[in-house]
Amino acid sequence: MKYTILIYETAADFTARTDDHRKDAYWGAYRAYTKALTDAGVMAGGAGLQPPHLATTIRQHDGKQRVQDGPYAEAKEQLGGCYVIDVPDLDQALAWAARCPAASTGTVEVRPNLPT
Amino acid sequence: MKSADDDVDTGEAARLAARASYGRLVAYLARRWRDVAAAEDALSDAFVAALDTWPRVGVPEKPEAWLLTVARRRLIDAARHAKVEAGAAPDLDMGLGQAEQETATAAQFPDERLKLLFVCAHPAIDEAIRTPLMLQTVLGLDAATIASAFLVAPATMSQRLVRGKAKIRDARIRFEVPEAHELPVRLGAVLEAIYAAYGSGWETVAGADDRRDGLAEEAIWLGRLVTRLLPEEPEAHGLLALMLHCEARRTARRDARGGYVPLDRQDIALWSRPMIDEAERSLIMASRANNPGRFQLEAAIQSVHAHRAVTGRTDWDAIALLYAGLLRCAPTVGAHVAHAAALAEAKGVDAGLETLAAIARQAVATYQPYWALRAHLLKGLGRVEEANEAYARAIGLSENMAVRDFLVSQSQRACVSE
Repeated sequence: MKYTILIYETAADFTARTDDHRKDAYWGAYRAYTKALTDAGVMAGGAGLQPPHLATTIRQHDGKQRVQDGPYAEAKEQLGGCYVIDVPDLDQALAWAARCPAASTGTVEVRPNLPT
Repeated sequence: MKSADDDVDTGEAARLAARASYGRLVAYLARRWRDVAAAEDALSDAFVAALDTWPRVGVPEKPEAWLLTVARRRLIDAARHAKVEAGAAPDLDMGLGQAEQETATAAQFPDERLKLLFVCAHPAIDEAIRTPLMLQTVLGLDAATIASAFLVAPATMSQRLVRGKAKIRDARIRFEVPEAHELPVRLGAVLEAIYAAYGSGWETVAGADDRRDGLAEEAIWLGRLVTRLLPEEPEAHGLLALMLHCEARRTARRDARGGYVPLDRQDIALWSRPMIDEAERSLIMASRANNPGRFQLEAAIQSVHAHRAVTGRTDWDAIALLYAGLLRCAPTVGAHVAHAAALAEAKGVDAGLETLAAIARQAVATYQPYWALRAHLLKGLGRVEEANEAYARAIGLSENMAVRDFLVSQSQRACVSE
């Protein structure tokens, strides 16, 4: 069963990616997490995303097209990336989500994927 | 520093009294009706009625008796209803008249919580749901709180609790204290379930991630309850001693900035003296039976660690020996890894690595303490590359930021010393 782990990060998390004092710890933690997923044989995909200020949103409602700078919603925590994992059940998906570095700083959301 | 007793204010006292009452009332009703869920529902109706009535007419002289009477009426009404609907007589062991009569003496109603604990940890109940059942029925914890502690989705936890209670009712699991010949095994299951709520910590391994925060206070409360209800059972005292020893070090496990402090670097001044003393008294009580078991051995290991506060050193030979004994009666992965950590200290890093190598790879693929220890030992041998490989694995498997940061700093130190 595939689950997607959606990673919502705080502004501080996004800053840590390039901060000289914090970037090693930040990337080190994600590298280690990715390695643990891979070594355990549950990794099924994913992507890291650039910060939300680089987002562009599009809406085409009632024949009107609107393009805006910025993410889908202004919120304290923003989507920073996702992992797709293949595990037998939700309990194990949650166990992996709890290990995601963002669980300690932002929020991690787990969703079952639609069957393909 | 304030002692734990000073912190118990009136609100806390009321909470503890409510907790004690709740479990006793549920246990008493559940045993009479042989239906845990129905007993809980009836009692929660009674609490709602109390919130409505007591502010208007005042708190009754015997609040528990009042709640029991209301809950009983609810159960009888529900049973009558079911009888009319199903056209069959429900299996009730008392009529309304008898119920009213019993209420008069309800202040002295018997404590059936021990039987309820044995029901929750019955072999017919799925192991994974035993602890949640205990926490809900005996302590009144809600499903969401239990779900968070066990890292399970709240909806899933609710379903599992409902299924567990249905099993108790439908399989007609008996509310009784097992016979003497059954007792050790059945009690073992009860104690295991209580310990699962504590959240086992293999603190002997530096950088080991506590699997979860656990419900430490609740587990110790249940542990105390069992020692009171079964004062002759050494393993019950052993479990209480184990949890108290671990709990005594809670404050010392983090520094002022929230950083992780491994056991051997903890400031002994931060260890709780009263808790260590109580743990030691429990262990002495247990040893009188001269029948060591899993929890007594684990408590003894923690007792050796606590002794550092007196002697200034840790007797790793004694700890390694105790782990070897523990492995004979409870060969868990955690015990294997902790044994390896003790051997590394007592006999050298090679002995530790050798013991680690003997553990099946499959069993440790996602077991964080194994990788933390492996990294630590490889670093000690100067095998930096392998150490960092293991550090990365341990970091990736950690759930706790403080532990993750500690391991990152350890692995960086391994690089620097190269």
